[in-house]
Amino acid sequence: MSNSNAIEVAVLRKRFKEVLALDGLDLQCAEGQVLGLLGPNGAGKTTLVRALATLLRPDSGRALVLGHDVIADPFAVRDKIGLAGQFAAIDEILTGRENLKLVGRLYHLNGNEAALRADEVLQRFGLDEAADRRASTYSGGMRRRLDLAATLVGRPRVVFLDEPTSGLDPRSRAELWEMVRELRSEGTTILLTTQYLEEADRLADVIAVIDRGRIVAEGTATELKERVGRQRLIVTIAEPERTKDACLAMSAISEDGPAEQLDGAQLSLPMLDAHVPAAAVRALDRAGIGIVGLEVRSPTLDDVFFALTVRRVTSSEAEPDAVSA
Amino acid sequence: MSRPSLSQTVSDSIVMARRGLTETVRKPVLLTFSFIEPVILVLIFRFAFGGAIRTPGSSYVNFLLPGILVLTAIFGALVTGIGLSDDLSKGIVDRLRSLPIARSALLVGRTVSDLARNAGSAIAMLGIGYLLGFSPNQPIGRFLAAIALFLAFAYVFSWIAATIALLVRDPETAQGVGFVWVFPLTFVSSAFVPTHSMPAAVRAFADVNPITLCVDAVRALMIGGHAATPVLGTIAWLIGLLLVFVPFAVARYRALE
Repeated sequence: MSNSNAIEVAVLRKRFKEVLALDGLDLQCAEGQVLGLLGPNGAGKTTLVRALATLLRPDSGRALVLGHDVIADPFAVRDKIGLAGQFAAIDEILTGRENLKLVGRLYHLNGNEAALRADEVLQRFGLDEAADRRASTYSGGMRRRLDLAATLVGRPRVVFLDEPTSGLDPRSRAELWEMVRELRSEGTTILLTTQYLEEADRLADVIAVIDRGRIVAEGTATELKERVGRQRLIVTIAEPERTKDACLAMSAISEDGPAEQLDGAQLSLPMLDAHVPAAAVRALDRAGIGIVGLEVRSPTLDDVFFALTVRRVTSSEAEPDAVSA
Repeated sequence: MSRPSLSQTVSDSIVMARRGLTETVRKPVLLTFSFIEPVILVLIFRFAFGGAIRTPGSSYVNFLLPGILVLTAIFGALVTGIGLSDDLSKGIVDRLRSLPIARSALLVGRTVSDLARNAGSAIAMLGIGYLLGFSPNQPIGRFLAAIALFLAFAYVFSWIAATIALLVRDPETAQGVGFVWVFPLTFVSSAFVPTHSMPAAVRAFADVNPITLCVDAVRALMIGGHAATPVLGTIAWLIGLLLVFVPFAVARYRALE
């Protein structure tokens, strides 16, 4: 195969009874990158991961992992991937070490190799002390770590992490993030799904926003933020009764639309370039309006998320609210 | 890399079977279910019901033990289904399906480790039976043939339970569905009482019931009697069931999404 893409998906479709989970989805991920798949519940994230991990058969379209077709050659794909699903896939009756040795044996390592590899990953994931305790005694964070460790036993070149931090406390989440970064630094390609914008922002080289089975936007976190809108200058004035004057004064210096009143004494002005704050301050000063707060606000990934994903509120669901309001 | 070879399939299955055995040994519930419950069943039937049931030509314990043996095989088979649906509901099956292993390894491994567990149950029951006066009087060859038939029976029914688990997927439902077919099948059979005491219609069912055939075969092979018909009948059933349920279970496993 003549591609440097670790993951290539073209017009992938999958229907479950009434639900069209993947609706002609296209996606690429270069080798060694972390691709963050960001989307609301039911957007098709898990379906895509499961299709790429050869757990389900798409109805149509094409999906290649390291050049191997997931439908035509699933065994070749399985040889090179690691999957950590939404639920930690560990055997609670076995110890941490036994879980990893089991996976090692299933990667066709012999007994000694499997034991050595288990030791390596246990150490790497800080589980060596708990290695000989049954996994049923592990905390949520330890389970996730063991699950991720099991994912890496076979030294996969592509790793799928399906909502790896859901349900974790902040500390365990930070640990997991660190492990993902480490994995990336070793050149592993990672596709991770998440509902957390912060997570995608921190970990992913490229973010793909998925909604209703399609990719609705793709790019770096910065690129996506730019798509939603530019920075704004938020000014809080000293006298709330003079907001109208302040609006006029600020709009007069704006080259990109008028100022808007937010709430109370807060005004928002589009910030086309770095001169806007100083110009706004001068304009308000000339008008004799005092300033008590000044803030430059960038769009967040939350804004991106809400702007790009279709809200799943149908008109029938929305109506009761409208009536009561 | 292409499909796994046969030797790889075998070694993957062995790895999975060893995991199943570890599980059996470490789960107190499973140990109790496998080794203590059969013993309790023998005691209940021998002492609570034994006095009221007349059996032709032999003591009730001699009549009873082959029946309980086969009953244990059926209950033991249900455990296969519960274990498998547990794996399915916990995502372990997802992990296994994403590994470069033979698709059949989990099913073969689990049914094989459950076969070993059933063999253990049989030993426990024969032991308690012996203490209660169970006296197999047939040549050792016939006795061993009876054990082999029992194990084959247990193995085939493990596949039935596995198929049901793959259809219903969660452990509670697998258990519930299991008892729906297990109870009529075990009680309308010759396991506890001779079938000639049953009304004609019930008896017609009981006489072709694979449990009746297997119990009759084990009985004849252990304590004497005409063995050929029930042995052949049992083998026919087992081959038929195996031909239906193994491909069906494997197909269901492959079709998981």
